[in-house]
Order: sequence, then structure tokens, then C-alpha cells
Amino acid sequence: MNTRTIGAEAIAEKGWFSSHKWLILRRFSQLAILALFMLGPLAGLWIVKGNLAYSLTLNILPLTDPYVLLQSLLTGHIPEKLGLIGVAIILAFYFLVGGRVYCSWVCPVNLVTDGAAWMRGRLGIKGGAQISRKMRYWVLAMTLVVAGASGTIAWELINPVSMLHRGLIFGLGTAWAIVLAVFLLDLFVSQKAWCGHVCPVGAFYSLLGKWSPLRVSAVKRDACNDCMDCFAVCPEPQVIRPALKGAKQNIGPAILSPNCTNCGRCIDVCSKDVFRFGLRSGNKAG
Amino acid sequence: MDGSNKTPGAKQASRRQFLIDMAKTACGVGLLGGGLSLYAKQAKALPPLAIRPPGALAEPDFQGACIRCGLCVRDCPYNILELAKPEQRVATGTPFFVARNLPCEMCEDIPCVKACPTGALDHALTDIYKSKMGLAVLVDHETCLNFLGLRCDVCYRICPSIDKAITLEPLHNLRTGKHAMFLPTVHSDQCTGCGKCEKACVLEEAAIKIYPIKLAKGELGHHYRLGWEEKKKAGRSLIDDQNIIDLPDRMPEPEDGK
Repeated sequence: MNTRTIGAEAIAEKGWFSSHKWLILRRFSQLAILALFMLGPLAGLWIVKGNLAYSLTLNILPLTDPYVLLQSLLTGHIPEKLGLIGVAIILAFYFLVGGRVYCSWVCPVNLVTDGAAWMRGRLGIKGGAQISRKMRYWVLAMTLVVAGASGTIAWELINPVSMLHRGLIFGLGTAWAIVLAVFLLDLFVSQKAWCGHVCPVGAFYSLLGKWSPLRVSAVKRDACNDCMDCFAVCPEPQVIRPALKGAKQNIGPAILSPNCTNCGRCIDVCSKDVFRFGLRSGNKAG
Repeated sequence: MDGSNKTPGAKQASRRQFLIDMAKTACGVGLLGGGLSLYAKQAKALPPLAIRPPGALAEPDFQGACIRCGLCVRDCPYNILELAKPEQRVATGTPFFVARNLPCEMCEDIPCVKACPTGALDHALTDIYKSKMGLAVLVDHETCLNFLGLRCDVCYRICPSIDKAITLEPLHNLRTGKHAMFLPTVHSDQCTGCGKCEKACVLEEAAIKIYPIKLAKGELGHHYRLGWEEKKKAGRSLIDDQNIIDLPDRMPEPEDGK
């Protein structure tokens, strides 16, 4: 067992609150979005109707999930106007803030897989099956091919992401078993297996955010003391190295990988305040 | 020299590893995709008693168009719709209702269709009486009380299109020899499949049920012509009555053979 916990230095240096700021904001965002959806069925307060596939806020703002709509388009169906307006808004939003912001700030499965990661740490479970991080793109391609070939939105039959969110709002049924399977996959089979390796929803949103302007940037990378806490806490640790250690290779400090989820945990756990949110533009080394 | 200090052997090994990893991932995903395709094929079969909301596209198209948002469920004022859970035999997350539990109330403004963002519920449907959610079929002539000669009439009376979608057809009651039977008769051009008749049927198990139109309807051979209708269209008989050979009618033979 390691004797020091991740982020201990940051807590000592900045205090507990400052070293959990983005985590708290993120949990608030995840739970608030879920609460908005659930206020209707639970309390009769209809601010938001629907679920993450499509929702109507205050009977005026349509929001459509582009991934499910793309699958629908591939079956040969053209949606109605509201569905198209909704998808334009969502595409613009995630293009601006980073595609995988969906994963870390909105998606309810993130709570499940973060829970699994936390428990994995507590139980000291190490290693596991090797899954390629590129697998998600294969799965993404597969879901699109199957949609086109079968003429149905086949992935939605088993998608744990929509099953959990829809289940919480419209009745869970046995969807809990599929969510539990994702939890156990992350806990025992492979670290961060679902969100970091398999999930095609995340893969889709990563492509959407490939050129997003909002990025985490290692602006004070000279101050890095190699404590490795950011690598340990990051759900996609491979994205950090080029930005943090790329000064010699003349690579700019902004994390440009589309798989960075902009969760901001690296900002939290760094005692030297190396990271902060910044922009892609003007990303020059030095 | 490409700047790396790898030996050719190491390069070959890493290429080998790359190809193996690629094959592993491709096979895994391929298997998942194959399984998913088979499951999707199974899921296209909607169980007969699960009815889609008004205006729903034909089932395979519906499953390509419905993104499972549940807005139709939310905007149904009578809460009759539900989204299928994974353990139900309806495609996961898609809306349906079961008439025997709660039938469609046939709202004039059809809010469920208006709410649909994709047109899986076809926005061209503006008159609820033109909807075709299914077709009522009087499936059991042995238990239907009207067929037994009673005057139940409940399905007929509850029908939102009374005397159009369901009529009562009088027929001589051979059992008593002196009464009439009033047989509930469904007319497919008027029936919307709302399911009120099935819900209202007083039997333990409904004798009248809503079936998918495909299951409920027969189809005439496309070359069939109904003589009496052709005659009406033409305004006269289409055959030359003069030249019809009228075969002699056979006299019934006496029963005792004499």
C-alpha cells in the first residue's frame, strides 16, 4: 500500500476546500442536472421534461443528444424541427466547452465509475485486463454500422448511459443490473474500463471536442515537482504528459487531447498550482 | 536511421504486438456488434398486446426514429404511456401502452404526437380519428356475451366511434329460434385501435382485443374483383345475361328412395 494519499500535498498546501474545488463543482453540476430532470416526476415541478436523449426545458429550450440522433439519421430517418434545433444547440455548446465535458460534468454513469475507482483505491485492487483506449472508437464505429445495417437505434437497447439516466427518471426496472455490471467492470476487471476505454458515447463526444477552445493548461509547468498526483487522479492520464513535460520538445502547455474531460481534478490535486483552465489559442511553448 | 534507437527486431516485435492488440480489439468489438445485431433483430418484434402511441411509424421504422426521450409519455394527460424497461419485451426505452390496463383516451389535440421531436410519431396525424394504433378484433365468438345471445353491448357503447368503428349486426338466434343476436362488428376503416373496447370488455379475459393491423387483417388477392361492386361501377352487368347457359336445377331426391 502506498503510504501517502493522492492530493495530500495539495490539501496541506492549499487547504481541503481549494484542493477539492473543481470536484465539488462537478458533483454539484452532475447532481443538479439529474435533480432538474427528476423534479418533474418526483415533485411535479416540470422545469425539464425528457432525458439526456432529448429534453425540453421550460417548454421552450430543446436539447438533443447528437450521438443518438446520428444513429437515427443512419437508419434513414430525418427528425422534426425541434429535434434538429436541439442538436444544433448541443453541438455548439460542447464544441465550445470541450466534448467530454459531457462525460465529467453531466453523465450520470460518471458517478458510478468514479465510485468504482474510489473503491478500487480503498480495496487496493491493482492491475487487471488490458483494454486498448482506442477500443471506444471501434465500439463507436460498430454502433453506427449496426444502426445503419439494422435500421434501428440498436445501441440504445443496451446503452448503460441512457439506461441509467432514463431509468432514474422513468423507472429503472432491471437497468440497475447493467449499471452494476459497469461498476463491477471498473472495480475488478480493469481500471477506468468503461469511461476511459469502452464507452462510445464518450468517444463520440471526444470527437466533437477535438478542436474545442476551452482546455486545461499546465501554465506553470516549470513549478512541477513530479509528485505524480495529477497522473494518479486523472481519468485519462495519457493526455497530461505532452502538455506537462513537453517544454523540451517545444510542445505548448495546453492539454490538447480530445479525451481530456475538462474535469479539473488535476487543478485540484496540484500543490504547485501548475494547471488552470485556459484556451487552446496562443498555445506556445515557453 | 529514423532517430529511434530500436533494433529492427524490436521494431518487428512492436509491430507484431500492435497487430495482435488490434486483432484483439477488433474481434471483441466484432463479437459485441454481432450480438447487438441479433438482439436488435429480436427487438423489432413488438409483442402483439403492446400498442404504440397514435401516429407511430411502422415498427422497424419506429425503432430507427424514436430516440427514447419520453416526451410523449410526459405530455399524455392520462399517463397511459410508459417507456419499456430492459426486462420488458418491447424495445428498451420505447413508448407503448397495454389497452387492457389503460386505453388511449383519444385527445383531440394529440399532445403525444406534438411532443415527439423526431417524428417517430408522425406529425402528419392531426385527426385522432384517423390514427391506426391497431385494430380491434372480436377474437372469441364462444365467450362474447352478445354471441351467446345476451345484450352486453359494452364494447359497442364505449367505442369513441360508436356505430362507425363498431356496429351491432342483428342475426337470427338459431338456439332459441325466436330471438335476435346483436353481433359487435368492427370496421377496420373506422377503428383507431384506441383499445377502449378491450379495456371495457366485461369478461375475465377480453373477447375483443386490439391487435397490430398486420396480424388482424386479411388481404385479398390483388387480382380479385368483387362482381357486385364492378357492376355498380359500370352501372350495368358486365356479363351478357342473354347468353348465359342456365343449367337445369336438379330436383331433390325423395328421402325414402322411392
